[in-house]
Amino acid sequence: MAEKMHLKLTINGEQVETLCEPRELLIHVLRERFNITGPHIGCETSHCGACTVDLDGKSVKACTLFAAQAQGAAITTVEGLASPEGMHVLQEMFREHHGLQCGYCTPGMITRAWRLLQENPDPTEEEVRFGMAGNLCRCTGYQNIIKAILAAAAIMNGRDAAADDAVKTPEEVA
Amino acid sequence: MIPPAFEYHRPTDIAGALGVIAEHGDEARVIAGGHSLIPMMKLRMVEIAHLIDLQDVADLKGISVGETIRIGAMVTQHDLINDEALAEAAPILREAALQIADPQVRYCGTVGGNVANGDPGNDMPGLMQCLDATFTLVGPEGSREVPAREFYEAAYTTTREDDEILTAISFAKPSSGYAYEKQKRKIGDYATAAAAVLIGKDAGKITSASIAMTNLSDIPIFSEAAGDALTGTDGTGEALDKAVAAMLADIDPTEDNRGPVEFKKHVAGVILRRAIARAVDRA
Repeated sequence: MAEKMHLKLTINGEQVETLCEPRELLIHVLRERFNITGPHIGCETSHCGACTVDLDGKSVKACTLFAAQAQGAAITTVEGLASPEGMHVLQEMFREHHGLQCGYCTPGMITRAWRLLQENPDPTEEEVRFGMAGNLCRCTGYQNIIKAILAAAAIMNGRDAAADDAVKTPEEVA
Repeated sequence: MIPPAFEYHRPTDIAGALGVIAEHGDEARVIAGGHSLIPMMKLRMVEIAHLIDLQDVADLKGISVGETIRIGAMVTQHDLINDEALAEAAPILREAALQIADPQVRYCGTVGGNVANGDPGNDMPGLMQCLDATFTLVGPEGSREVPAREFYEAAYTTTREDDEILTAISFAKPSSGYAYEKQKRKIGDYATAAAAVLIGKDAGKITSASIAMTNLSDIPIFSEAAGDALTGTDGTGEALDKAVAAMLADIDPTEDNRGPVEFKKHVAGVILRRAIARAVDRA
């Protein structure tokens, strides 16, 4: 039986600590020890991306990291994106454009899109699709997820999303 | 899916990592990005008593670009893709790395892990055959260099000893046309077939050609005969047919859930033709 380790993390700006075994996965520690239940356990095999969190500026699948590997890291989850003033623009746009149906993949989708838009603030549709390739959705067919992310990017770049051709369907553009 | 208990070590230098290996022998194993090893541990197909996390070993990081290019083993696919000097000097690496897994996996997955694991499905081993790269291994007896073309023995079996750590890859700056072409069932998948091609050209004739294939045998395949078939030609017509035939004679695919043998050979031919055409065009 391995000894427990003293794990220190910064989660959504708050410094926290716990004792855990090295073999515990980051997703389990977040959900079960810190009650951070935004990141979901979907496939648990690093395919689906429902467990995506931001770790020191990287989008990672928390089911495929031991919490021990995250020792000292700063983690942002979907819980950390909204401000007291309201939801993050990505959250608003997922609602506006109906970028979810059952919602299970949504925290991972939004957390990944948040990092994508920091690395590439004004992506093309193709770049959004490529950048979101690590997140699976079994409901939406992705169209509205892509629209939501493009709309959020347009707003974050000071444009009117409703007038942005990238956000419209081909029929609307015609 | 939680693996058996293990002790976690996080050394800050290579000597520290080798020390843990020396103390615990084959009960110890290094972890790089962990995206091959952790799934195996979760499935309990691998049981490790002492896990040595290399993320704090600074000597394993960094990319240096000159006439020789050196990439530290702990450089992630994400770092590699975003290194502008590397993309300028050896763009085939970015082209290949962008076809590995998905963004989240590329933030974690490392070049060293990809080449050292010996998984026939990994893309970097084939690319390293094509580049004629050299791997640096460090163990208790010191450091040694192994050509990538002599590193792979069988699936998951390489010339690396259990008490050695692969610390870096290096290769001469490729001066030629390039292409990494990969056919896969879906984004993020391993290759049904993949081809790495480097072409040098002078006055419309191919002066050098290096061709390697991925996931079409239990090790990556460097097809010298395929490259030879292109040398001195313009890389089209009969020469292209001969190169593809030579490659097909060198691979040995097996039937699995990516398809039967005949299908894999068909795909291998198609992607090699595409890769050669693109590399010749860029040369």
